[in-house]
Amino acid sequence: MQQTIPGTTMFDGAQAQKGYALNKMCYSFNAAENREAFVRDEDAYCAKYGLNDEQRAAIRHRNVLELIAAGGNIYYLAKFAGIFGLDVQDVGAQQTGMTKDAFKAMLVEAGR
Amino acid sequence: MARIVGAVTTSHIPAIGRAIAKNLQDDPYWQPFFGGFARVHEWLAQVKPDVAVVAYNDHGLNFFLDKMPTFAIGAAAEYRNADEGWGIPTLTPFRGIPDLSWHLIESLVAAEFDVTTCQEMLVDHGFSLPMALLWPGGGDWPVRVVPVSVNTVQHPLPTPARCWKLGRALGRALAAYDEDLSVVVIGTGGLSHQLDGKRAGFINKAFDEMCMERIVGDPESLTRYTIPQLVEQAGAQGVELVNWIVARGMLEGEVARVHANYHIPISNTAAGLMVLEPRR
Repeated sequence: MQQTIPGTTMFDGAQAQKGYALNKMCYSFNAAENREAFVRDEDAYCAKYGLNDEQRAAIRHRNVLELIAAGGNIYYLAKFAGIFGLDVQDVGAQQTGMTKDAFKAMLVEAGR
Repeated sequence: MARIVGAVTTSHIPAIGRAIAKNLQDDPYWQPFFGGFARVHEWLAQVKPDVAVVAYNDHGLNFFLDKMPTFAIGAAAEYRNADEGWGIPTLTPFRGIPDLSWHLIESLVAAEFDVTTCQEMLVDHGFSLPMALLWPGGGDWPVRVVPVSVNTVQHPLPTPARCWKLGRALGRALAAYDEDLSVVVIGTGGLSHQLDGKRAGFINKAFDEMCMERIVGDPESLTRYTIPQLVEQAGAQGVELVNWIVARGMLEGEVARVHANYHIPISNTAAGLMVLEPRR
């Protein structure tokens, strides 16, 4: 699929294949015991899901743009963010390089 | 025969679940959103539906990328909510109506919609939060439910035109159902928002307002958008508008707007709410 919208990655077949292992790991974070297992031993947990080097680095960096570039889908990544108590506004602020307060103010401004 | 009393369309943001769990409905941030539902509660008390048919999208609770149905329909006696990764308290299980589910499945496949059928199905915030907004207070739900899940996760997504036709087929199937039931149809998600990428935080008030106007009297004009056009205009997750289109498609003929509310922002999202009913 053509990617012509700035700042937007269409999660299509190419991304879904590329990110399969990463997204499968993040999907597992629906369960509290899996979130705990990740926190206990992050290396072992990532190895179990077969993340590639790019995905492993993006997870280590807690960097959402890198995770998306490595094939991550935001719905599964939101479950990863949840482990650290981060919500979608934290995630939005990180991706746009803003503070959370500035990001929230931008959203309020969109309603005026 | 089953009679559709109307449609409710509403946003379904996860933060709503947190706000409900913490009783923040009257908090200044939340009041403009929750306050919009008072009129919906009055309307539901008048029309007293027996059943809710809910068009929504799963966000990675029931479906993963291993098997991703474009359209899936619940055919279970009970649907449970579960932890989606954030530890928000789960809601009371929802009662299904398998006879109606199978009638809809048979009708849809006969109409060349080859849907996935689910005798076990977890329902995530896309389904459960609109239910909690329409019927607050916890306890047993006053309606039985049929979940209709639309893929908005992995492209290619079904086109708005296809979603409209799915709604029309569901509407005809409901009208042909033998049992005397009152049905409310619900479409969840939207309106404009984008969670991912450098464009995160994108909101398009003018586009949302246009959609809320056209969905009443000229819904087919919305079906001319392509999915990439919707992503551009409404944001990557704003494509959830297709669930509203499914719900609107279930209403036959002219409709009247009973209620509307629109508020920016709730979390990263422009929150929309509408109640539509067939003109009598």
